[in-house]
Amino acid sequence: MAIATAQAQERAERSGWWAHHQRALIPYLYIAPFFVLFLIFGVFPIIYSFYTSLLKGLGLGPKTFYGLGNYAYLFQDPRYLRAFWNTVYFTLASIFVLSPLALLLALALQSVFVTPRLRGFYRLIYFLPVVTSSVIIAVLFARVFDQRYGLLNQFLSGLGPLAGWQHDWLRDQARVLGFGWLQPVRNVPVIGDIIKASTVVWTALFIMNIWNFIGINALYWTAGLNSIDQELYEAAAIDGANAWQRFWTVTLPLLRPMTLFIIIQAIAGSFGVFAQPFLLTGGGPSDATMTLSLYLYTQGFSIGNFGYANAIGYSMAVITLVLSVLNLWLFREQETTVPAARV
Amino acid sequence: MATGTAAHETAGAGAAARETLRPARVPARRLLRRASIRWLLSSAVINILLLLLVVATLVPYAFMWSSSFKENSEIFTAPIVWWPAKPILKNYQDLFGLFPNAWRWYVNTAFVAVVRTALGVLLASMAGFAFAKYHFRFKNALFVLMLATSLIPFWVTVVPLFLEMVWFRWFNTYLAVIIPGAVGAFAIFWMRQYSMTVPDELLDAARIDGASEWQIFWRVALPLLMPGVAVIAILGFTAAWNDFFWPLVVLTDTSLWLVNVAVAALVGPYDYQYGILLAAATLGSIPVILVFLIFQKRLITGITSGAFKGI
Repeated sequence: MAIATAQAQERAERSGWWAHHQRALIPYLYIAPFFVLFLIFGVFPIIYSFYTSLLKGLGLGPKTFYGLGNYAYLFQDPRYLRAFWNTVYFTLASIFVLSPLALLLALALQSVFVTPRLRGFYRLIYFLPVVTSSVIIAVLFARVFDQRYGLLNQFLSGLGPLAGWQHDWLRDQARVLGFGWLQPVRNVPVIGDIIKASTVVWTALFIMNIWNFIGINALYWTAGLNSIDQELYEAAAIDGANAWQRFWTVTLPLLRPMTLFIIIQAIAGSFGVFAQPFLLTGGGPSDATMTLSLYLYTQGFSIGNFGYANAIGYSMAVITLVLSVLNLWLFREQETTVPAARV
Repeated sequence: MATGTAAHETAGAGAAARETLRPARVPARRLLRRASIRWLLSSAVINILLLLLVVATLVPYAFMWSSSFKENSEIFTAPIVWWPAKPILKNYQDLFGLFPNAWRWYVNTAFVAVVRTALGVLLASMAGFAFAKYHFRFKNALFVLMLATSLIPFWVTVVPLFLEMVWFRWFNTYLAVIIPGAVGAFAIFWMRQYSMTVPDELLDAARIDGASEWQIFWRVALPLLMPGVAVIAILGFTAAWNDFFWPLVVLTDTSLWLVNVAVAALVGPYDYQYGILLAAATLGSIPVILVFLIFQKRLITGITSGAFKGI
């Protein structure tokens, strides 16, 4: 009897201890599984990657300390530089072509001319490529870009005056930006490199990227548009602003946070292009479609040059960081008196 | 008094306006008609452009799907054959005839995608809920660490992750594609945002009723979090099904292949039997499109409203 009471009391005390402390302790229990895995597969690789980027040696064999040698070599490696400028061209095209097109698409979808039912249908279709794997997309576009039997060339050949636009899309290395007034700046460092990257084949892969991602980008813009207070439009309309002025003075400034997000997505997206060049062109012809990720794969997993592959990876992190900071700076909240006066 | 006169005046003005408007009725209606013609025209132009984009999106799929029922001679033609003269199942039969294990590519991919998604959702909803609804030490530091590392490109970690798989003896096992892929900062961020919408009063009421913290999460919060869970589950499933790079690196044993690696492997050597590639790709594209079609409303409304506003 006495023992039973003691046991019950002890049980009550123990559960009492847990009951008393559970609220303080349970969050650790909830985050622990994630953070243990996160430390192993997220944090450790980031640190270890930097460590191995300072080493020289192939595969799992012996390594020697190489300092920043791998990073120094990046600047002399023509294949790396080619991949770098290809990525820059792709990112710039994403920011200045894909994103505005997606914004136009979002505005068109939001407009009164599209009924809700049609809007749902359009969104559904535009979203399909986003949920399709990059391998399947490469298979699809092998048929689109084929020179003799490709869908694109056959479509263009039926368009009379546009028939001249037909290309051997996956092999043509002519420069899209190599026209007239850009000729004189062909040898200026940065601009010249971007012009050099603007091959037909790389631009074709960019067009494929538009096809792939315009739907999701339009959806991001829609999210941005939805977050704008409708009263601001009414206020602007009362102040006599027409639709065009409302777009420039209300919509665009208030889309700033979403613009930032979309540009960061565009950078990440252009790094993510792997399967399409891997399967469609193999990075060629003569590295015209070499991407940083494909080059990292080649160095790391074809050659086994882990240290150099990690240096390439870290260079991508640095590029992301620099562009993101630049982006934040360009889109910083500007000190203007007009909105302040409004508040 | 003042309002009375004002009302009187407006009534008078209205009557006067009606008087003057009566002869002007026809031009007004014409104006209206012209406006509606303009409206119809804009509507037509915009909808036609949007429909053209729909066609441009669907045509490559349509060509692949229809070509998977074609003889090779009908795939490579000018002009294009959109509908096979005599649809055949030969490509599908050859796919499973030449590769008796082909069905496993799909079953294995489904298995990996489901397990990886379930694990990811579980980790993310627990951690996201903890970040939103509890106070604990290092909470902000851990959250910032998580967000900061998520800004670092995946490519930085590729080689060390590969080495880890070798050290853990996970290379050429499904653990390699399930476990690292289930750990994602975005899902936690999303679930944290979503968990914030659960009212604290509800949780406190459950506490007063004697519910343990464990029950509060599973019985009270999780049912309310289901719409948010649905979004990351769909995104997680599509990401897992569509993953290519990582399975390519860590699964070199052909009996373990997932569908994308298998389809990619068919791209090269089977050009002369292109139909087989298109059949395999068609089967690989369908499951994820079905999942999307079933849940698209949740996904699209989930993205366009809600958590993105917090960014």
